[in-house]
Amino acid sequence: MASARDPHAPVTTLVLLKLLVSARLRSQLAYRGSFLSDVAGQVLLGVTEFVELYAIVHNVPTFGGMTLAQTLLVFGLASVAFALGDLLMGETDSMSETIRSGKLEVLLVRPLPVLLQLATSDFQLRRVGRLLFGAAALVVALLIADVQWDAAKILLATITPLAGAAIFCALFLGAGAMQFWILDGRQFANAFTYGGRYVASMPGAALFFPVQILFTFVIPATLVAYAPSLVILGLDGPAGIPAWTGWLGVPTAVVLSGLMLLLWRAAIKKYTGAGG
Amino acid sequence: MRAYWELAKSSFRRHSTYRTAAVAGAFTNSVFGLIRASLLLSAITTAGGAIGGYSATEAATYVWLGQALLAPLGLFGTAELAGRVKSGDIAVDLSRSVNLTASYWAQDLGRAAFDVLPRGLPPLVVGAAVTGLAMPGTPGPYLLGFVSILAAVSLNFMGFFAINLLSFWVLEIRGFWMLYMVVMNLLSGFLVPVTWFPGWLLDFARATPFPSMLQTPVDILAGRTDGAESLAMVGLQLLWLAVLLVAVQVMVRFGSRRLVVQGG
Repeated sequence: MASARDPHAPVTTLVLLKLLVSARLRSQLAYRGSFLSDVAGQVLLGVTEFVELYAIVHNVPTFGGMTLAQTLLVFGLASVAFALGDLLMGETDSMSETIRSGKLEVLLVRPLPVLLQLATSDFQLRRVGRLLFGAAALVVALLIADVQWDAAKILLATITPLAGAAIFCALFLGAGAMQFWILDGRQFANAFTYGGRYVASMPGAALFFPVQILFTFVIPATLVAYAPSLVILGLDGPAGIPAWTGWLGVPTAVVLSGLMLLLWRAAIKKYTGAGG
Repeated sequence: MRAYWELAKSSFRRHSTYRTAAVAGAFTNSVFGLIRASLLLSAITTAGGAIGGYSATEAATYVWLGQALLAPLGLFGTAELAGRVKSGDIAVDLSRSVNLTASYWAQDLGRAAFDVLPRGLPPLVVGAAVTGLAMPGTPGPYLLGFVSILAAVSLNFMGFFAINLLSFWVLEIRGFWMLYMVVMNLLSGFLVPVTWFPGWLLDFARATPFPSMLQTPVDILAGRTDGAESLAMVGLQLLWLAVLLVAVQVMVRFGSRRLVVQGG
C-alpha cells in the first residue's frame, strides 16, 4: 500500500478516494470475527430471499408465466443489481440519521463532494456477501434456464446488471434526498428502495396491473431484471410490462440518475444546518 | 407495578410524537401489502383455488393482517439496548430500582399500543378496498386474537432483547441481529404463510418459536382456527414466552456480572 506516491504531489480527488476506500476496507477487516458474521448474515439474507421465492414457486408449475429456472434468472439479475447499488449508495438510506446527528455538517465542510464521501464512508465490504450469493444464483440460472443465445442477448445480459445497479443507486439517492424534506419519512423511501428490490426479484406478470405500471413506468424496478429476462428468455410480457421494455434499462438508468442527482443538489442547497 | 405502568404510558406518549414516521410506515406497509398480495393471489390462481389451505381471499386477508400487525408486533425490533451498552448508558438502567427486562418490556408494550391504530388500520383499509378481507363475524376470534397479539408482542420483544443482550459479551451485535431478523422474518410466516413451505422447512419452522410471533395471531384473528385449536396455539405461545423469559433472565444475570462500563 505504501507504494511510490510522491508525498509532495497534489492530492487529486482520485487519490483521496483510493485512500478513503482502502482505509475503510482495512478498518472493516480489522475485526475478523465481526466481519465474518456480517458476511454470513448478508449471504443468509440472500438465501432467505430466495427461499421466500421458492416457497411460492414450488407450489405451482409456473409463477407469473415463469418456471423455477426462469424465476431464478430474474432473482439473480435483481440480486446482483441491488447488491451493487446498496454497496455504493446504501448509506443515503439513513440520511435522516446523518442529518440529525450532525454528521452531514462534517461532510459539508470537507473539500470533497458529499456524495463521494457518503459512498466511501459506507463502503461496506460485508455487503459483498449478498453480491456473491446473487452472482451464484445468476450463474446457475444462466446454466439451467435453456437460453437461445445470440449477440443481442449476450449484450443485454452483460449490461443489465450494470444498468440495474445504476437504477438502484439512483433510487437510493432519491430516497436520501427526500429525507431532507421529510426528516421522519425514511420509511416512505423504503417503499421504493426495498419495495423496488422486492418487485425487481419477482416475475412482474404476477403483480396486479396498477402495481406493474407503478413499478415499471414510475419506479422502474421491473426494468432491472424482469423485463430484460423476458427478452433473454424469449417470453411475452404482461399488459403492463411488454417485452420491448427489456431494452429500456440503460436509458432509464441514465435519465433517472440525472433526475435524482438534480434532486440531491436541490436537497443539499436547501439544507440550512441545525446550528451548533 | 405502578412504575411499569407509568413506563408503558410514557413510551406510548413518546411514540405518539412521531406522527410523520407513523404515516410513512403505514404507507410503506400498504405498498408492500399490495406487492405481497398480488404475488400470493397470482400463485393461487395458477394453482387453481388454494395453496397450503389458503384460498384467494384468505391469503389476501393473511397478507393484510400481517402488514397491519408488523409494526405493533415489533417484527423489525430495535437495537436500543445494545446502543446503550456501547455508550455506557446501560449503567443508568442497571442502577434503577426496576427490573431491567420488565422495564424494557413495559416500554415495548406501550409502543405497541400506540402503533396498533396509526400503523395497523391503513393497510387493513387498503386491503378491504383492493382485495376484500375475510374476517370472522363472531367475537371469539377477536378476543383470543387480542390475547395472542399481546403474547406475540412479548415474544418478539424477548427475542430481540436476547440478541441485544449479547452486547454484554461481544463488541458488535449487528451480524447476530441481522441473522436473527432474517431467519425470524422467514420462519414466522411474515413473508409467506409457513404452510406454503416445502415439508422439511415447515417441520423446522414448527420446532421454533417463530410462527408464534406472527402466524399464530394472524390465523386466530382471521378465524382460521376453531376455539379449542386457538386456545392450544395461545398456550404454545405462552410456553415459548416462559422459555424465552427464563433465557433472557439468565442472560441478564450473567451478563451484568461481566459488563464493564468505562468512565463515571
